[in-house]
Amino acid sequence: MAERYSSFAPGGTSWLLQRITAAFLIGVLAFHFFQLHFVTHAFEVELAGTQARMENPAYYLTMVSFLIAAAFHGVNGVYNALVNQGIEGTQKTALKWGLTAAGIVLVVQGIRVANAMAGVSIV
Amino acid sequence: MSQSYNRGLVEDFGRWREFSAGMWAWIFHKFTGWVLIGYLFTHIAVLSTAMEGAASYNSTIQGLEGLLMIRVLEVGLLAVAVFHILNGIRLLMVNLGIGLESQDKSFYASLFVTALIVVASVPTFLGGGL
Repeated sequence: MAERYSSFAPGGTSWLLQRITAAFLIGVLAFHFFQLHFVTHAFEVELAGTQARMENPAYYLTMVSFLIAAAFHGVNGVYNALVNQGIEGTQKTALKWGLTAAGIVLVVQGIRVANAMAGVSIV
Repeated sequence: MSQSYNRGLVEDFGRWREFSAGMWAWIFHKFTGWVLIGYLFTHIAVLSTAMEGAASYNSTIQGLEGLLMIRVLEVGLLAVAVFHILNGIRLLMVNLGIGLESQDKSFYASLFVTALIVVASVPTFLGGGL
């Protein structure tokens, strides 16, 4: 068998979640690129058009799920790549919580932006 | 099978001649992953101008898109995203035990299809509105 090249220990929860989010992201990332470069050209993007798309509940939910899945997949990927590279002890703990905090900030801010685009107001 | 291999330091670039296709796929997947998560933070920061209203959002997006450098960088982003998607599909297949014997060929196919898609997209990304 060929050597196994991966930053992830196989079979763990983080490995499984990375694969599940990957399967989702493959489709949604391709859709996102296609939608905002080929259907609507990037230089034509205006808030009115963005709002029209985001006011559709299915589109809004797809984009928020995309954000959460991408944030998790990216942060989990960086964490496992660095652990695989050999960091351990205090550095590993600091990395884990630092990346968790960064991921949470990214998702919270992303949802605030999505809500502003969709005209959703939460206190 | 759970077995670890001593791959040595990837950062030791002098070793690159020893790398196999699978090793290159792993390095490219990591590199493109770093770029994509870095971009996601930037993307949300730029889109946050939507919270300031239409004038701020429109001028930011259109101002950025009016710069040739940004459009060239977007072609790079497309290349990175397409490779990560295609190699990601390859990894999911490998994880499912499908096509293990031809994992090197599927890596070359990922590179080739990425190049095709990127080249075909250049007119759309660079043209119009400039």
